[in-house]
Amino acid sequence: MVQFITRRLLLAIPVLIGILIVTFLLARLIPGDPCKSILGEKATAEACEAFAENKGLNEPLPVQLGIYMQDVVQGDFGDSIRFSRPVTQILVERLPMTIELALVALTIAIVVGVGLGILSAMRHNTAVDVGTMVVANVGVSMPVFWLGLMLIWLFAATLGWLPPSGRLSAGAASIPFYEAWGWEVSESGFWFRTLEFISNHFIFNSIITGDWSVLRDALTHLILPAVALSTIPMAVIARITRSSLLDVMGRDYVRTARAKGGGEGRVVVKHALRNALLPVVTIIGLQLGALLSGAVLTETIFGLAGAGTMVFEAITARDFPVIQGFVVVVATGYVLVNLIVDISYAYLDPRIRLE
Amino acid sequence: MKLNPLSGPDVSELDELVREETLLERPHGLWSGAWRRLLRRKGGVTGLIIIGTIVLVALLAPIIAPYDPVLDDFIGDGDSRRRDSPCVHVLGCDEEKTQHLMGLDGNARDQFSRIVFGSRWSLSIGFFTVALAFSVGATLGAVAGYWGGHLDNWIMRIMDVILGFPALLLAIAIGASLGPGIRNTMIAIAIVSIPIYARVMRASVLSIKELDFVAASRTLGAGRLRILWTRVVPNALTPLVVISTLGIATAILDAAAFGFLGLGAQPPDPEWGAMLAAERSQIFSAPHLVWFPGLAIMFTVLGFNLLGDGLRDALDPSLHE
Repeated sequence: MVQFITRRLLLAIPVLIGILIVTFLLARLIPGDPCKSILGEKATAEACEAFAENKGLNEPLPVQLGIYMQDVVQGDFGDSIRFSRPVTQILVERLPMTIELALVALTIAIVVGVGLGILSAMRHNTAVDVGTMVVANVGVSMPVFWLGLMLIWLFAATLGWLPPSGRLSAGAASIPFYEAWGWEVSESGFWFRTLEFISNHFIFNSIITGDWSVLRDALTHLILPAVALSTIPMAVIARITRSSLLDVMGRDYVRTARAKGGGEGRVVVKHALRNALLPVVTIIGLQLGALLSGAVLTETIFGLAGAGTMVFEAITARDFPVIQGFVVVVATGYVLVNLIVDISYAYLDPRIRLE
Repeated sequence: MKLNPLSGPDVSELDELVREETLLERPHGLWSGAWRRLLRRKGGVTGLIIIGTIVLVALLAPIIAPYDPVLDDFIGDGDSRRRDSPCVHVLGCDEEKTQHLMGLDGNARDQFSRIVFGSRWSLSIGFFTVALAFSVGATLGAVAGYWGGHLDNWIMRIMDVILGFPALLLAIAIGASLGPGIRNTMIAIAIVSIPIYARVMRASVLSIKELDFVAASRTLGAGRLRILWTRVVPNALTPLVVISTLGIATAILDAAAFGFLGLGAQPPDPEWGAMLAAERSQIFSAPHLVWFPGLAIMFTVLGFNLLGDGLRDALDPSLHE
């Protein structure tokens, strides 16, 4: 297993390098003079010359690519045109919110989706089955932003159980774990950025520092957006689980397991489910794109300053370094998720490890 | 059929049974068979009914809608105020007041009329987006599958690159660079869905171009293009029907998201996503302005999803009982 994971990790490196090159070239293909777009339309020729010299734009393309890759590996994506701040800093602030949102949404989608799928496969052609599939069909047909608004209307406006927007209540603050533990850190550099990035995952941060009031606050704020974001993946997962399990339940070895006197629950969990889960795992891997697209809409509705709203604003404002940084991070995420999917395959189906 | 354990099956009865079966199995084409199987599925029929209703509403919009969807309703309608709740006389609303089935929007326009006219927007967005993606994607896929070699490689690698990005985000990026508006929305959404049609068409063409009737055409001396367009493509289109139906659902949903983000239809056009966006901050005070456009989007998308799933089952030969 260790050998399998190592091999997969090594195979991911050329893919990541490819992504870096494509992103770099895409940024060069965008029309317009970077000098004019950053210094303004009235920038003089001398100023532009100095600017190009300063940013290394006079070097040949391969050299620029080398410098760019060196920077990215060190976590430097350049500066945002709109905010004149390092893109890395913006990502450190915005990304954790989206990661937490997506992870919680994905967890809800998997747990509820697989559960509903099993339930409706075991009760095939009953009211439970029909009801679940109707819910799943409605789930994939609902606009995410509308569901979000409906959840706000029901749980925040009408029932008043949950907050309608934001990440934490006004006045509440998440104390970074490095401060809570009294670490001596200088307020800059790669190491500090990493610590900041980790501590901006409020849920994780409040768990390790034992700050239960912030944890509760963060969770109550996250639950509505996460539920809204989880519906489509949940419906897709439920449908795949059901059809895959129904397919497996008709196989000979399941009949054998039944004939040996295994209870229905045992037959499903021990024999059928493991084989039925392979297509489900593939689908879960493919949901990452849907989660990211959904994050833009969900974050807009719930007033969350995450990476989704960040990239939407960057696209509309032509803030290319931010878009570029986001693409690299997302692409890396894709590669990592696919890696996890492959490892789960190998766990579920030992034959894959041998290939 | 009775089974007599001593003499075996009754031969005359068996004969009759065989004759009946042959009589029942009247030969029919792929589409009439698929149509009958579709009508046997609850989901497919539900989808057909929903879409049929919406198409009717769109066609008869000027007759159904009591008010103009774009002009303000202030003039000549003294008692209606902005963002009034729905007033339906049958449901006990004061007979004195003017009836507004879905209430009034922020500009005191009758929301029911706007929803009714919105069906024209959503249906045409869905249809034209898919038509564009279908024609480009299917052509690329057919060419790639039929010619093979380098051309195939190049086309499909480009398709892979497009598929590598989260679809809606890529569409937003394209839409943002083209500028807001309904035409650009359709182009952006069509571009990101081209690879799906290309892939399905290519796979379909690959399986058909090796069949005997294509070889027969080739032997008779038909040219490559002629074989492709008259023999291969018509037979390869079946799987694309399902993809296109589901594609209309996705296109409507994505276009609504575009409208919601302010990239799609612009006010005062009665597009459902844009209507939601305009009134979303009123969720606390006038929730009816958020309910109805969302429900309209959901039912339309549901209709196409159900029909697509139904068609998939009806056209799948492995599922025929």
